Amino acid sequence: MRDLIALGDLSRAQLEDLLDLAAAMKEIIRRPVKKVPTLRGKAVANVFFEASTRTRNSFELAGKYLGADVINFQARGSSVEKGETLWDTVRTMRAMRVDAVIVRHQAEGVPGEMAARLDIPVINAGDGAHQHPTQGLLDLLTIRDRLGHIAGLTVTIVGDVLHSRVARSDIEGLLQLGAKVRLVGPPALIPGRWDSPHVRIYTDLAEALAGAQVVQVLRIQRERQASGGIPSLREYHDRWGITPAGLGLADAEVLVLHPGPQNRGVEIDSAVVDDPKRSAIQDQVENGVAVRMAVLYRLVGGKEAME
Amino acid sequence: MNGEREGSGWWKITDVRVIDPYRQRAWQGDVLVGQGRFQDLAASADAPESVSGRGLWLVPRLLDMHVHLRSPGQEWKEDLASGSAAAAHGGFAAVMTMPNTDPVVDVPSLVSWQIAEGRRIGLVDVLPAGAVTKASGGQELAELWKMEKAGAVGFSDDGRPVADGGLMRAALSYSATLAGPIVQHAEDVTLSGRGVMHEGEVSGRLGLAGVPGEAEAVMVWRDVQLAALTDGRLHVAHVSTPGALEAIQWAKAHGLRVTAEVTPHHLFFTDERVAELAFSPVTKVNPPLRPESYRQVLLQAMKSGLIDAIASDHAPHHADEKDLPYKDAPFGISSLETAVAAVLTVGLDELAMDPLTLLVRMTAAPHRILGLSYQGLVPGESADFALIDPDARLPVDPGKWYSQARETPWQGVALRGQVVATMLRGRWAMREGEVLTCGLR
Repeated sequence: MRDLIALGDLSRAQLEDLLDLAAAMKEIIRRPVKKVPTLRGKAVANVFFEASTRTRNSFELAGKYLGADVINFQARGSSVEKGETLWDTVRTMRAMRVDAVIVRHQAEGVPGEMAARLDIPVINAGDGAHQHPTQGLLDLLTIRDRLGHIAGLTVTIVGDVLHSRVARSDIEGLLQLGAKVRLVGPPALIPGRWDSPHVRIYTDLAEALAGAQVVQVLRIQRERQASGGIPSLREYHDRWGITPAGLGLADAEVLVLHPGPQNRGVEIDSAVVDDPKRSAIQDQVENGVAVRMAVLYRLVGGKEAME
Repeated sequence: MNGEREGSGWWKITDVRVIDPYRQRAWQGDVLVGQGRFQDLAASADAPESVSGRGLWLVPRLLDMHVHLRSPGQEWKEDLASGSAAAAHGGFAAVMTMPNTDPVVDVPSLVSWQIAEGRRIGLVDVLPAGAVTKASGGQELAELWKMEKAGAVGFSDDGRPVADGGLMRAALSYSATLAGPIVQHAEDVTLSGRGVMHEGEVSGRLGLAGVPGEAEAVMVWRDVQLAALTDGRLHVAHVSTPGALEAIQWAKAHGLRVTAEVTPHHLFFTDERVAELAFSPVTKVNPPLRPESYRQVLLQAMKSGLIDAIASDHAPHHADEKDLPYKDAPFGISSLETAVAAVLTVGLDELAMDPLTLLVRMTAAPHRILGLSYQGLVPGESADFALIDPDARLPVDPGKWYSQARETPWQGVALRGQVVATMLRGRWAMREGEVLTCGLR
């Protein structure tokens, strides 16, 4: 494994290794003095062609806790770059001798193409509606930490699955580790089918929640209203919003995840977000830094550091 | 630099397998060419130069009725010289050029200019299609009759549909007074939206925006109804969906003057190719590559003749444009130089078709659709033909192409059949993979 582009590219063993490593990293970030020298002398470029605060900060902290130098490259404008092309930008990063590139781009496939053109590790921080593999990893870690295992769980992903890179990474990771996945949302916002016997597609939230042990709530974008996906946010809330009452249909110990930022009162009620027993949303943020440390350690850490 | 060059030399192609789809005859023997025409073997040949045709097929006048040669105005993608060379290299004696250039070919003078340039280059007959509407803007009919007088052989706003139903009705009713068909790029753009590949399992997995097959089918159903209303001449370009084929079948069953073409890439690839090539825009084409279930229906429709013709939809772009991320790259595949081999691979190997039936789709059928006459291999007819080695199996190597555009989903794919020579009016346009450059600037 040189790059991290899609969770489906990882074997079960590689996934579990990263989760174990992330658990160890969590020990480090809970120390009063967090910095370790593992990646001292390494330079990591955070290249974001799409606005992001949380993920970029999370990667930046992960790199810094490991002792790497992190530079942030925030590209502006449309996906079709004016003047310098995307690939010229990539070559520039390489010429600066950085040791790894973390990339977010609005066009699906860009991190993979970047990896094909660079001889250094490329980490996908989200590409269009394709993949967000570190988000998938942190979701897996959160579930494993809270419930002790992933195999055999039923995980319901609620919302705009069609446009969600988080959902695609979650699905691939969950299937690889033996969970069953349910997808539910308005008909125009969920895929028509998914080629796996362990993925089932619903439109009725109550059916999809029945007995579920984990619920991943996706952010609903206001623009889905204009494109005809949903009539209104309040109708969406009434049919697919996650409420305490709705969760009553799920497993008694149900765990609720949300990749953030939340639209409280739309796809998820405040009473759920702030319920410490059910909500794992704050764990997700902490785990995000830990899994990104694990990924950087595995991909950028020298051979000697790995053994 | 003369115009309609005719070969002055005499050639005898010996021991060749003639596949003449125009007359539905195949035979083994010699073919004599002189003064730009096929000659009776008994004619007193003036010491013809002999060319062995052993192991080769001689196929008269291949016509690709759907190509984009990008000139005038987009010569960074392709021009009439490179496009003509690509056609000759691909085995074609004639191409119908789509008018979505810059400016759009919507007046007789542009039609005349394209024809004159094509003759000056002299490698392939350039047969322009004129726009259906002025500037292909979908507002007012262009001067279809005047363009036809100037040499246009069909009419299309290709690249986009004639979306307005009233205007399509007007175009089809007007076409009843013309020889050439209205060639429709059938797509309801409100359904295709921002889609960049077929909407289905693969697009769901990759997260790319999808185009449902119904975006094509609903437009073809509308158009066949309008063809019935007007008795117009409708030709459906690059058909790719079972729903559209049902509409075409309905039209033909009702005796309407409706025809259709399919591209080699829709016969060969599926949307899985998008995943296999990991978001490389070489697979980005409109209409998009479809799933295997669609492909099977297209194959059977091509075999049965429900789909009349095969056309490449050669749509070259500059390498820099095709190097953009998938959703930003333009639609289109450079396909003149893979068309014959792709069709032979699918038709002979996968469908076990008789070559006479298969090659009708690239010869007699497009001539019939465009109202053009060509008699086939008979003495006195223009000596236009391709020599094809039907048993060659070679990986596609765009490095040997003449098109300016080398981006292709066929890169490295082994295909059956190699065009080894192309003759136009008794002169070699291409031999052994080398295009004659005398006509080129």
